[in-house]
Amino acid sequence: MRRISTPVAYFVMLLLTIVSASRTQASWEEKLAAADGQTVRFNAWAGSPAINGYIAWVGDEVHSRYGVTLDHVKITDASEAVARIVAERAAGRETNGSVDLLWINGENFHALKRAELLHGPFAFELPNFRLVDTDGKPTTLIDFTVPTDGYESPWGMAQFVLLYDSAALPEPPRSTSALGDWIAANPGRFTHPAPPDFIGTTFLKQLLLDTTPDRAPLGGPVDEATAADLTAPLWAWLDEASPHFWRRGRAFPSDGQALHQLLDDGEVTMSLSFNPGEASQLIAAGRLPETVRTTTFAAGTIGNTHFVAIPASSSSKVGAEIVANFLLSPVAQARKQDPRIWGDPTVLDLDRLDAADRALFEALPLGVATLPPAALGPTLAEPHPSWVDWLEREWQRRVQG
Amino acid sequence: MSLVLQGVTITIEDQPLFAALDLEVRAGETVAVMAPSGAGKSSLLLAIAGGLRPPLRSRGRIYLDDRQLDGLPPERRNLGVLFQDPLLFPHLTVWENLAFALPRGLARRERRRRIEAALERAGLAGLDDRRPGTLSGGQAARVALVRALLAEPRALLLDEPFAKLDAPLRRQLRAFVREVIQGAALPALMVTHDLEDALGLDATITRLATPQSPSAADQATPRSIASARRPSSMPG
Amino acid sequence: MSTPFAVWPPLTWGILVAPVVAGLLGTLAPAFGYLPAIGLTRPGLEAFVELLALPGVWVSVALTLCTTLAATALAWLLACAFVASTTALPRARPLRRLLSPLLAAPHVAIALGLAFLVAPSGFLIRLVSPALSGLTSPPLWVFPGDPFGIALVLALVVKEMPFLVLMLLAAQAGRPVERQLLAARSLGHGPLAAWSVAVLPQLYPSLRLPLFAVIAYGASPVDMALVLGPSVPPVLAVRVIELLGHPDLVHWATGAAAAVLLLALAGLAMVAWWLCEWPVQTLAKRLLRRGPPARPRVSFALPALVVPAAVGVAGLASLAVMMLWSIAGRWRFPDSWPDDLHLDAWIAAPDQLGVALLVTAGLALVVGLAATSLALLCLEAETHRSRPVPARWQLWLYLPLVVPQAAFLFGIQVLLVALRVDGSLTAVALVHLTFVLPYAFLALAGAVRTFDPRWALVGRSLGHRPGAVFWRIKLPMLAAPVATAFALSVAVSAALYLPTLFAGSGQVRTLALEAVALASSDRRSAGVVVTLLAALPMCAFLLAALVRARVERRA
Repeated sequence: MRRISTPVAYFVMLLLTIVSASRTQASWEEKLAAADGQTVRFNAWAGSPAINGYIAWVGDEVHSRYGVTLDHVKITDASEAVARIVAERAAGRETNGSVDLLWINGENFHALKRAELLHGPFAFELPNFRLVDTDGKPTTLIDFTVPTDGYESPWGMAQFVLLYDSAALPEPPRSTSALGDWIAANPGRFTHPAPPDFIGTTFLKQLLLDTTPDRAPLGGPVDEATAADLTAPLWAWLDEASPHFWRRGRAFPSDGQALHQLLDDGEVTMSLSFNPGEASQLIAAGRLPETVRTTTFAAGTIGNTHFVAIPASSSSKVGAEIVANFLLSPVAQARKQDPRIWGDPTVLDLDRLDAADRALFEALPLGVATLPPAALGPTLAEPHPSWVDWLEREWQRRVQG
Repeated sequence: MSLVLQGVTITIEDQPLFAALDLEVRAGETVAVMAPSGAGKSSLLLAIAGGLRPPLRSRGRIYLDDRQLDGLPPERRNLGVLFQDPLLFPHLTVWENLAFALPRGLARRERRRRIEAALERAGLAGLDDRRPGTLSGGQAARVALVRALLAEPRALLLDEPFAKLDAPLRRQLRAFVREVIQGAALPALMVTHDLEDALGLDATITRLATPQSPSAADQATPRSIASARRPSSMPG
Repeated sequence: MSTPFAVWPPLTWGILVAPVVAGLLGTLAPAFGYLPAIGLTRPGLEAFVELLALPGVWVSVALTLCTTLAATALAWLLACAFVASTTALPRARPLRRLLSPLLAAPHVAIALGLAFLVAPSGFLIRLVSPALSGLTSPPLWVFPGDPFGIALVLALVVKEMPFLVLMLLAAQAGRPVERQLLAARSLGHGPLAAWSVAVLPQLYPSLRLPLFAVIAYGASPVDMALVLGPSVPPVLAVRVIELLGHPDLVHWATGAAAAVLLLALAGLAMVAWWLCEWPVQTLAKRLLRRGPPARPRVSFALPALVVPAAVGVAGLASLAVMMLWSIAGRWRFPDSWPDDLHLDAWIAAPDQLGVALLVTAGLALVVGLAATSLALLCLEAETHRSRPVPARWQLWLYLPLVVPQAAFLFGIQVLLVALRVDGSLTAVALVHLTFVLPYAFLALAGAVRTFDPRWALVGRSLGHRPGAVFWRIKLPMLAAPVATAFALSVAVSAALYLPTLFAGSGQVRTLALEAVALASSDRRSAGVVVTLLAALPMCAFLLAALVRARVERRA
């Protein structure tokens, strides 16, 4: 693999030198030298053995290639790490923070960026960033309507999809209203993770986009004056459907993984995911029945990009940049997209790769349950991050109150 | 009323501790089973009372008034048991210890009367609210006896009940116990290693034949050694 | 007093008490609006106003109180029934050994297994499906995770009953229980009544603190509640953790206020329990005054054994099904056995869990050694005192156990962050020590305090210093209880979830943390973690058993 990527690195470096010739920053080669021996504590959600295995592979690679030690700090939610970064700043720690690299997007990124707790901008200067499909995948530059401004580097693509057991459900519903009808006709066989789990919150956002009378205001911060009207149809839909949810809507799975387990156990017939390749990966891992398939709503589903960011308090910023750059390399991106490994779609533009690298992607199997890109349907933009908190609180008020 | 043992012995890993014992104790009569320490006499008493624990096991049959006792739980054997220690429950007052023994179904006034009468008879009047810890050795022993009798037993078992008392108290208590046994016309079985105890209760003496002391194996029935009895007027 | 042992009690006292007090202060201050580090400088009750405005907070409060008291009462009843009936039925006594794996198994391991056991698609339903139940798809029960917390209560009972049984048996040891029981039964009382009236009241004073520890844990069972507790809304302790984990600092004060409320609830539950002692005692006295039944009824000893034994079996089965999952291939409803067995999850384990296993074992080893040594040295110091140790000591010992963890761990974290040692192994080890020490003490106190002082006298008469007597006479003679205390310490350390999460800032990953993280995702990996978590303390107990066997052979 090293043989493949070294020419790429040179090519990219050449590009970079041209682009950033005017800048006074240390050259990439100097950074590579400086990073040797650094330890990068990568705070990343660790709820999936497939992802943990992939990150372990990345650790091996960056260690043998650049002498960077990658320490996967396993967390159950990115907000944990965000809370820690904030706490350390509150306690007056400016350097040597406990997080060097963080898997992040959406409201967590928004919070850290607003509080000026992130290192950067660094992403646009990564040699491999030139390969990112910024035109075809605009969410690599705009995260939940907030410009990244180079404070986070894209890692993978996500699109909201529904998983279903084709043995029990040959024709899955392909719109919010069809889903509602199906739930009413099949009580107890549908649920979603409890917000603030991000799959649960994304499901609410998807419902909101599908039911709201006017999508335009969702692109801006929540305005309490209009929020009630914008979300009224969403709550009406839930009020009607949730009594027919799994466990009558009195209990919810904790996250997407728990929901997949329920699908495997046969307690529910549908599951939700933000990764179009996840179903195939789970089937390959023996965690879902082979009859599971993926579908989306005909009118489109929410899509976004997930990123890695570097806290300003990190003392291994250079090492973290090296890792972020490696995560963007065709080798790493192709392995990540492999449904047998993880199945997470690439952020790269295949047209910008040379033939050998493109072949890496073209050799990948699609996966038995993965839709070809053309069949995924339109991608809907995320609402403004402020909606996340608002929707979560309102949902909790309605369900728990 | 009589307590009958037929071929009773205690075994450990199928080895008997003493030769099988045949015994009949009639109402108002006291039989003392004598043996040196460690011969298994306390275990014999536990076996009769229903408190024997593995690895010790008992063999033979035990009857009380033609009712077979072996196999029954202790609470269905109708036996009053007195140990070396009075075993008064330390968290209960004297009154509560006694009330704990008096069978259910009596009117409250009748219960009170009986308990007071029993205390009076034992020379314990006025000690109702005392805790066992504050009683003297002799007082505690008498409360224990009164408690055993209040449960209306059909026979009494005594395990060296005087062993822990000093000489004058012993004499006093022996007299009291003898009086009680004869008054209630109960069969009484005592185990002891002290001949004085046996004689003091007018007991018929039988010895356990143990492997260590085969010479003591006068496999006699209790009747045949009735001559060991001494006049009841003899002091201690 | 000037023996070399005099320094240890104050030091140990510090380890037990200082973190709790500092933690409580660090929680109280932000709750009442004062923590300059996060911009809170005006003391007030705003955090509480905010807290009480949270949706469903009163439901969480009621849930916390009810599940805590219900679980404690049920565990207590069953523990009493179990001890009473195994005391009455000697042949049932080997059942007591059945409980020791449950004692050693961490809460989260039990919760994970139990959740799979009783779920609508769980093992029990699979056993009878479709042949007996006629079910081809799981039934639509709202259980576990039911809104009333019944599943949570059940899981707490499975875990706490063995603890109370152990405490009851320890309290019985050294009392003439057998003969007292026989005396009571000869008066005509059934075995259970005899035990409850004649024995239990004597034991109760030494059981009150362990019961309060059960209440404190029941109020703050975050790992269990995350797995099978109610979710909308969850119990208060889960909300404390959610609020304190929120990226927005505004929620911290609310979380601290929730922790203070939790503390108050646990206190309330303890007071309620204490108040209930009176009527129960009066009722027992009244029954007692009625005397034995005129004609003894059938014995309830066997029926009384059935329920607690079933609870024990459910606990063991929980561990067993998770072990089966760790080697299961495809295993779908309604199959009662996996399609195939393979070791994939175990093969992946060294990569995924190797570090966590090393960290857990290393921590347990170090903390176990430290706790056992400190407890031993303190107890030794006691014997060199001229005056007896005041009874208050015993109370302090229990402090880390009777304060709900969620109520003071946040304060400890604030402290650790301020000292810049949060997230370090040292910090985690120190906080572990606080929670492990009481158990090491409990396991050792009896043996050391009843150790015949004449042995030491003989040694000193022969011209040896106290230290030499301790090392060369006392320690070898006490090897068995010392090994047991060490094993118990290892078990407690391996099971700690919240203290590890807070002191380690989530960065020191132990198996208990991995278990919660994997709880919802992959049952095979979770099965591996549960197996390792159960195996680690079992190894320590096995070691203790070997030491005991050797001591007995020598004797």
